[in-house]
Amino acid sequence: MRIVKVLTVLAVLLAVATFATAAGQILLNAAGATFPYPIYSKWFDLYHTSHSNVQINYQSIGSGGGIRQLLDKTVDFGASDGPMNDEQLKQASVPILHFPTVLGAAVPSYNVPGVQVDLNFTPEALSGIFLGKVTKWNDPAITSANPGVKLPGDDIVVVHRSDGSGTTYIWTDYLSKISPEWQQKAGKATSVKWPVDGLGGKGNEGVSALIQQTPGSLGYVELIYAIQNHMPYGKVKNSSGIFVKADLASVSTAAAAAAKYIPDDFRVSITNPEGKAAYPIASFTWLLIPSKFSDPAKRDVVKDFLKWALTDGQQYVEGLSYAKLPKEVVAKELKAIAQIQ
Amino acid sequence: MATTPKAATPTEFIATPRSFLRRWTGADEIAHLITLIAAAMLLLIAALLVYQLWIHSAESRARFGWSFFVTKTWDPVAGDFGALPFIYGTLVTSAVALLIAVPLGVGAAIFLAELAPPKLSSSLTFVSDLLAAVPSVIYGLLGVFLLVPLMRTNIQPALKKSLGFLPLFKGPAYGVGFLTAGIVLAIMIVPFVLSVSREVLLAVPRDQREAALALGATKWESTWKVVVPAGRIGIFGSVFLALARALGETMAVTMVIGNNPKIAASLFTPGYSIAAVLANEFSEATGNLYLSALIELGLVLFLLTFVLNGLARLLILITTARGSGVLPT
Repeated sequence: MRIVKVLTVLAVLLAVATFATAAGQILLNAAGATFPYPIYSKWFDLYHTSHSNVQINYQSIGSGGGIRQLLDKTVDFGASDGPMNDEQLKQASVPILHFPTVLGAAVPSYNVPGVQVDLNFTPEALSGIFLGKVTKWNDPAITSANPGVKLPGDDIVVVHRSDGSGTTYIWTDYLSKISPEWQQKAGKATSVKWPVDGLGGKGNEGVSALIQQTPGSLGYVELIYAIQNHMPYGKVKNSSGIFVKADLASVSTAAAAAAKYIPDDFRVSITNPEGKAAYPIASFTWLLIPSKFSDPAKRDVVKDFLKWALTDGQQYVEGLSYAKLPKEVVAKELKAIAQIQ
Repeated sequence: MATTPKAATPTEFIATPRSFLRRWTGADEIAHLITLIAAAMLLLIAALLVYQLWIHSAESRARFGWSFFVTKTWDPVAGDFGALPFIYGTLVTSAVALLIAVPLGVGAAIFLAELAPPKLSSSLTFVSDLLAAVPSVIYGLLGVFLLVPLMRTNIQPALKKSLGFLPLFKGPAYGVGFLTAGIVLAIMIVPFVLSVSREVLLAVPRDQREAALALGATKWESTWKVVVPAGRIGIFGSVFLALARALGETMAVTMVIGNNPKIAASLFTPGYSIAAVLANEFSEATGNLYLSALIELGLVLFLLTFVLNGLARLLILITTARGSGVLPT
């Protein structure tokens, strides 16, 4: 008798499950960048709560993997910390659209014995250090920007990310803009050939461990990681000549300053923008959406979700320490959603 | 391998040829088939692996050819790739690891198999097996938070002071580098050497020891001159197993090696290994050539393992041929 009961329950459950799937259950698969993963998973979760028939499954496998899976059509849409390049866009069977979602930034963090204050970094100092030309902490390139701070004559140990990373992309994109020599010697990418002999740490946590343990070290970490782990980080001189400490406001300001010249495809670098309050080493992170969906139900969900994430969804952004999109950019993106067919 | 059924069957079965059904109901044929499939799978997996690596590295092989092995550059932006610093780092860290782990592992195995009281031996073996099961990322964390600071503040300065005249121990002490990676690897592979070597030594027949003792050898002489040589091939086997793990280790190595594609004589230099660069860069490799070059690195690692194993087997052949006729285990 018990077996019969159990079987009945199972049968009912199965029937319910089949019914639920039949009643317009929509499953979307996405993959890509790890940096925006916390906010994306929050968004997908909230969206699922209000649209119980929609389930969006996101794998944070890295920007490169996201682009690859999107091109292979194993996911419905992708996500990346760097925009796709022209060569990649050509490989796609339908045109791919870029939608900025939130902002990220990279900050210089350091461990200088005896220095407790926030250090100021000029673009020349940062590019000099990462090119291996500024090698001591008491080099004039650093001391001139930090009057009153007694800097030791220790060697600078450069720490960088060893894994391919959107943070490295932002950092090298900035260095490429401010230093022609960097542009020529290293360039910008998620992994580069570092011109200086430094230490590579895996992930923000790897870099931060190396910085904490190595006296005289200087590296870069993602702003959110620095905030959440209370790491000391320096101010960077922006294009108006003002030293700005990165925070959510100064990063959003950077995006707002760049809003004027954002192209229609949103593939834009916003490092070193104009604006007195703008932090210069910031970037969008993008959702990569195909412009044509063969399944109209999926298309409608993607469009509706994007609209929600760019408007109502933005209120959850700062709670997770991401910088919000400026209004100008959101308005432009909402218009672009119509391109999805 | 499965034994041939015919040789093992009693004579009366040979006289009357067995029917097909009969052969199948007698478990021999089935066992033969199943074990054959298991063995074939192993070969198939290896072949498939090489095939996949070969196919997907086509672009990189066509572009760089043999120069891939001797090029020192690794530049994802310019699309210029070479494997030399990674091959070097893999070999150096594995060599350091073996230099430390083999004496330690074999020494401990001799103690546990021959000299220790049985109770102590079994509990220590249990601990060693436990260590073999610890995930490598844990060893990496141990390396980052314990070994790296210790290396930077104590061990490397001490080495520099005492052995600094050697090119091996020169340069600034960052804590991370070839030496640290080698030490972490050594800690990871000791349980493998220990576990297999101990089993091998225990398997040496009692007669051998008793014969040696009867001839007037001391306990240590019987162990060192009779038991250990008898188990030599098995001990070599444990070393290959350990070497294979050292060559292919990713997480723990990347956390302590410094991740800097550089070739330098000093063991203090932050370097890089093949497995570590794969773990680091694979997920974000966007360009086709970049991806293809990383896959070719995987192929190189496979090749490296193959060559080293071949060399090691050759070494056994030579030493066994020259050896004093000890029994193979």
